[in-house]
Amino acid sequence: MIDPALPAHMRPDRSFQALLLTLQRFWADQGCVVLQPYDMEVGAGTFHPATTLRALGPKPWKAAYVQPSRRPKDGRYGENPNRLQHYYQFQVILKPSPDNLQELYLKSLQAIGVDLGLHDVRFVEDDWESPTLGAWGLGWECWCDGMEVSQFTYFQQVAGIECAPVSGELTYGLERLAMYVQGVENVYDLNFNGREGAEKISYGDVFHQAEQEYSRHNFEAADTEMLLEQFRMAEKACHKYLAFGDKGEKHEMALPAYDQCIKASHVFNLLDARGVISVTERQSYILRVRELAKACGAAWLKTAAGGAA
Amino acid sequence: MPDLLIELFSEEIPARMQAQAAEQLKKLVTDDLVERGLLYEGAKAFVTPRRLALAVHGLPGRQADQREEKKGPRVGAPEGAIAGFLKSAGLSSLDQATVQSDPKKGDFYVAVVEKPGRPTPEVIAEIIPAIIRRFPWPKSMRWGAGSLKWVRPLHSIVATFGADGDEPEVVRFEVDGIVSSNVTYGHRFLAPAPITVKRLDDWMAKLEAAKVVVDRDRRKDIILNDAKDLALASGLELVEDEGLLDEVAGLVEWPVVLMGAFEERFLDIPDEVIRATIRANQKCFVLKNPATGRLANRFLLISNLVASDDGAAIVAGNERVIRARLSDAKFFWDTDRVNGLESRMPRFQSITFHEKLGSQAERIERIVRLAREIAPKVGAEPALAEDAAAFCKADLLTEVVGEFPELQGLMGRYYAQDEGLASEVAAACEEHYKPQGPGDRVPTAPVSIAVALADKIDTLVGFWAIDEKPTGSKDPYALRRAALGVIRIVLENGLRVRLSAPLLVSDSRDWGETRLIHSRAFGDLVLPVHLIDLLSFFADRLKVHLREHGARHDLVDAVFALEGQDDLFLLVDRMTALARFLDTEDGKTLLAGYRRAVNILRIEEKKDGRAFTGPTNAALLKEPAEERLAAAIDDVKPRVAAAVAQEDFAAAMTALADLRAPVDAFFEAVTVNDPDPALRENRLKLLDEIRAATRGIADFDRIGG
Repeated sequence: MIDPALPAHMRPDRSFQALLLTLQRFWADQGCVVLQPYDMEVGAGTFHPATTLRALGPKPWKAAYVQPSRRPKDGRYGENPNRLQHYYQFQVILKPSPDNLQELYLKSLQAIGVDLGLHDVRFVEDDWESPTLGAWGLGWECWCDGMEVSQFTYFQQVAGIECAPVSGELTYGLERLAMYVQGVENVYDLNFNGREGAEKISYGDVFHQAEQEYSRHNFEAADTEMLLEQFRMAEKACHKYLAFGDKGEKHEMALPAYDQCIKASHVFNLLDARGVISVTERQSYILRVRELAKACGAAWLKTAAGGAA
Repeated sequence: MPDLLIELFSEEIPARMQAQAAEQLKKLVTDDLVERGLLYEGAKAFVTPRRLALAVHGLPGRQADQREEKKGPRVGAPEGAIAGFLKSAGLSSLDQATVQSDPKKGDFYVAVVEKPGRPTPEVIAEIIPAIIRRFPWPKSMRWGAGSLKWVRPLHSIVATFGADGDEPEVVRFEVDGIVSSNVTYGHRFLAPAPITVKRLDDWMAKLEAAKVVVDRDRRKDIILNDAKDLALASGLELVEDEGLLDEVAGLVEWPVVLMGAFEERFLDIPDEVIRATIRANQKCFVLKNPATGRLANRFLLISNLVASDDGAAIVAGNERVIRARLSDAKFFWDTDRVNGLESRMPRFQSITFHEKLGSQAERIERIVRLAREIAPKVGAEPALAEDAAAFCKADLLTEVVGEFPELQGLMGRYYAQDEGLASEVAAACEEHYKPQGPGDRVPTAPVSIAVALADKIDTLVGFWAIDEKPTGSKDPYALRRAALGVIRIVLENGLRVRLSAPLLVSDSRDWGETRLIHSRAFGDLVLPVHLIDLLSFFADRLKVHLREHGARHDLVDAVFALEGQDDLFLLVDRMTALARFLDTEDGKTLLAGYRRAVNILRIEEKKDGRAFTGPTNAALLKEPAEERLAAAIDDVKPRVAAAVAQEDFAAAMTALADLRAPVDAFFEAVTVNDPDPALRENRLKLLDEIRAATRGIADFDRIGG
């Protein structure tokens, strides 16, 4: 239930930012470290090292954070009410996955105003796989009255490495969820700050121009020569940092190397949106990013946070 | 007799795996029980999204005691033998053994080993954890810090055992920290509290009260009946969908059917697109208006909740999602029509059909050429066939088909119609994929036939040429289906086309490794082995097809064994006539005579190390019976040949029947192995002539029975 003590502008069903703050608060109460977004362009919250790398190794870990996610191909010049090339994911990772993870998830929905006596929440099979991260897991897409509002995954493998213990990952599509609880049909109509009248700032006020500009960039202008070069550079740098940090039993530079893997992945997404990658090439690019992710994962296991003594 | 109840309570099991899992649980548990001597009266499995359960009825309370007599060494045997016997029988001294006498062997020791039966719960406690650990889920996972694998996290296990009327006992065991009990849980939202259960009836009743219908078939019935009733109440008809029903029955524990609506304007979209949108994305049923036969702007959703507002919020939410989905679909449908099919074609150049078989554009070019070549043979206008082939794949690049691949073909038809293309072309866009399976309709319109054949044959020849043939159960490119499609199109339309040319041999052009296979003239084939192999693949598919329709496969063999039999229609015609002939007295007797002739020939040819082939020397025909046979063969052979040339196989068989009496009379009166070598040779040649005469019809060697 929504906390009745909240002022109107802080109610998650009135304000996009309040929704986000409510989820942060909820998961902070469950003992998560609440992180800030990773300061790089990523395609999904999973790419954040707080998920990808922390899912590996024996050490327990609980984190929650918002991650702006970029999907260059999903740009629609601000004209589609549901599709964005930049959107927010709210990401929760709990390692090991607790027995009551489903109950916790449902409670988080209640916290943002989904009445479980009124709404039909369902766990519908959805196997998750990220070929670029060499990762897969089993779980569901969570439906609320027929709408997918979250992804729920038990990681089985990340960076080609078996996850033990297993992490439970929750990914909330914040715009969708907000549209649902605010009862809005167009993402740009979302109330961002929860104020009314002249003080009200909508999602469109914040992001509409950006969607237009980035769609132009992603589909028409992005410099493909430069991007191809950037991909090669990132790949090279990743290998270089991995070699530099490799001290046999230990590794001293898994995180900077992984940054380059993230970079390569995003550059690949941009190239893909520009349509300059053929079907056969596509596979080989994905494979190249996966090799980086695997090498970074292996390096991570040789660090202190990765469980190396 | 006591009953066993097992319930494995977990997080949501994928709908598509539930039915099979229930069957497997039943089989694994009952097999293990029987193997341990625990016979049962009945068993039934249950499955919901959150539980997999099994009730086994009428089990004994314990295993039967086993008494085994072990024969030992004779009395007075060496010490080593005695010690070995005691050890193997588990005895501490010979006092525990008895002595038996045998009149032949004398006295020897016998140990009676008593193995008391164990209580059934003890056996169950051993069986179930092992089954859980090796359960064959299509995909399973680990969770938390444990090592157990299950389809999704397993939370609790009910295991009770007891006779009717008694308080059943809990069968105690533990799997990776989960301890069995008699406690389960009801519906996730409607009745989440723990429930203590006894046996099957009690478990079912208590769960029903806790808003869980444990029987999958009952959930399906409830959904179907409620859906039909709701539809009827609105004057509409449910569009039934067994696959969807199966799926939604696996998504709910307590089905509640609700009706929603969408705006009338979406009815501009073709029904199939609306249905695909609502089905694939939302798992909802669509409704038909019986007056128009078209879809109504209503849908039925199956929720898992008895909501406090009677489902108003659930309906509103689903309507919103469906509205957004239909907006997308309408946008796709409108965009596709604005852009037109032709504008998409250039993109095929950059789409690989198969690494070794070139791009989609190249494939379409081949289909166009092949369709043009086939057209006159199937009564189609070549220009139309060419057009249809050029457009037949264009819908693959449309937005709607991108979203719903299952609508390929059908959308091509709609778009072709919308663009005012010839109706034959529009029909071919859809029908060239047919038949998709043994139950699917075969195209009958000539243009559709030409494109359907061209499409399938290009696929077959292409994959044959790069050696991607089906093996065993693996047929990733559905080549068996393609071959069967060709066979059915030809036979069911009574088409007269030869498989080898032009079907399997199309235009000569540069096409990588496969150029030679596709060259027009047989003489140019460098890899004829592919073609022969492909023809025999067709023969196999035809055999399977004909056998399924009650034909004798040996007769298919007998006819296929003749050279150049690649006209499927004639082949079946010939086979049918042959089958009819072999059912007559004449046919049976002639076949017997044929076999006798061939047997003798085989033996004598082996003896002499040479073949005896006709013609016979008339001067050496001494006996009247052999003269008559030679005359009959001379008379029958050309008649058979003439009838076959006219494709009148019944007449050919009638002609062949005239050989029966002379053949019979010959074997009656004439000794083949005459002392005079010249006579013997001439008679052997005469036997060969019998064989030669039948060759005009079939290879009689291959006829079985």
